[in-house]
Amino acid sequence: MDAAEQQGAPSAKTSPTAPAGDRAAPVLRVSALSYAYGKHKALDEVSLELRAGRVTALLGPNGAGKTTLFSLITGLFDSRQGEIEIAGHAIRRQRSRALAQLGIVFQAQTLDLDLSVTQNLHYFAALRGLPGGEARRRVEALLEEIGLAEKAKAKVRTLSGGQRRRVEVARALLDRPALLLLDEPSTGLDIGTRRWLVEHIHRIAREDGIAVLMATHLVDEVMADDDLIVLNQGRIVARGQVAEVVRQSGAADLDDAFTRLTGKSGPKAEAKP
Amino acid sequence: MNAAHAGRAFRAILWRELLRFVQQRERFFAALVRPLVWLLVFAAGFRATLGLSIIPPYETYITYDVYVVPGLIGLIQLFNGMQNSLSMVYDREMGSMRVLLSTPLPRGYLLVARMLSGTAVSIIQVYAFLAIAALCGTEMPPSGLLPLLPVLIVTGLTLSALGMFLSSRIRQLENFAGVMNFLIFPMFFMSSALYPLWRVRESSVLLYELCRFNPFTYIVELVRHTLYLQFDGLAFAVVVGTLLVFGAAALIGYTPARGGPAAGRGGG
Repeated sequence: MDAAEQQGAPSAKTSPTAPAGDRAAPVLRVSALSYAYGKHKALDEVSLELRAGRVTALLGPNGAGKTTLFSLITGLFDSRQGEIEIAGHAIRRQRSRALAQLGIVFQAQTLDLDLSVTQNLHYFAALRGLPGGEARRRVEALLEEIGLAEKAKAKVRTLSGGQRRRVEVARALLDRPALLLLDEPSTGLDIGTRRWLVEHIHRIAREDGIAVLMATHLVDEVMADDDLIVLNQGRIVARGQVAEVVRQSGAADLDDAFTRLTGKSGPKAEAKP
Repeated sequence: MNAAHAGRAFRAILWRELLRFVQQRERFFAALVRPLVWLLVFAAGFRATLGLSIIPPYETYITYDVYVVPGLIGLIQLFNGMQNSLSMVYDREMGSMRVLLSTPLPRGYLLVARMLSGTAVSIIQVYAFLAIAALCGTEMPPSGLLPLLPVLIVTGLTLSALGMFLSSRIRQLENFAGVMNFLIFPMFFMSSALYPLWRVRESSVLLYELCRFNPFTYIVELVRHTLYLQFDGLAFAVVVGTLLVFGAAALIGYTPARGGPAAGRGGG
């Protein structure tokens, strides 16, 4: 990362969306991306574009390639076939600039259990280069936002699964990313936290103009006006707004459309209580 | 790379490592007890049976416990380097390595910061060990303690690089336990840590040759000479060479673009 990039940060982090003429520029652009584990093709010529302020649900059965796609977008995997750009920065050539625009909630829990909530957040803030004062303000504000201000000093080990996930969402937002990725964020969560999560990410997309990509295999987490991408066996089999996808597939509702498109039934049934 | 950002990130990585070290009291305890057992039990028993002639860097006859201290310093750093990478295998499973690697800083910088933090912890352990050894009557020349510091950074980094390279190649924690057994003990025993090489040669030329090809021997000798304010050029060259080789191998191991297996693992 160079100086020019840093100087604007962090308050101007969402700048890619700032100029009026640029509002239409995609925050995430994936073009013709393929990836294989040995002979098994996990992703096959995947292309997609995400815009600021929109929530896009990436729907697909287990093994569809959702996590592989996320690993490629976060730079943990590398593919020579295809291109990924975050806020106009290609992840392969401008890794640091691209990652500076990205907030991630991983599927597995990634907090340090022996550190407190605040310590975890400050560790991450420093990794992202936030100055001390700014970090303190952001941590305070975000803890307030996720309703865990009174748990600030608590060790993460003592938190419930739902509380830990809230902290991870706060962590992903510390650096005001232009793009937020969530990889099956509701796995193993109680209904209350799931509802909070879905509502919260829609609110931040709307209010902060963040582009959100949320992988899920639970149809009931997709809201009616979300953009939708259905991934099956490494290929995009449908895309568009929810109603459009349902209509195109000739189904009665999204659940039915999902079954028709992927040949897998009832993801709703897998929902945890 | 922005210097202020890089500095903040490094301090955070170091702070996290020190905090974890302080919080895991049993780890600190084990790190001290291990070399002290060697020093106070093993060396005391050997003291009577093993006579040491005057070899560099020593200028007079020394007792066995004095001889064995540099080897035990090496042992502390060896264990620490492996434990640090053990925690990386653990981290990767827990995902916090993913968090670190998705930080907008060059990957090589993040890995070096991680290695330096582990080395800092090992240096604290080394000086704590030397203090207790002195209290127990095994004193090192005080003038050697300060020059020892930069050397410990180099040797600590070398062993961290070795550990990090291994962690990039190991898929599971269980395999790692095996590597610990098949790596730490042979490296320690097949070196000049416990006995001078001329002694080894008297009993087995093959073993002597193995010791001579063991980088750990040179780590121990570099520490030993530094403590007595001497510079062992060969040892220094071998240690730095080992650092470069394993440092590069670790970087490749954690870089997906170069085909490294480590960075991409953990999920389909």
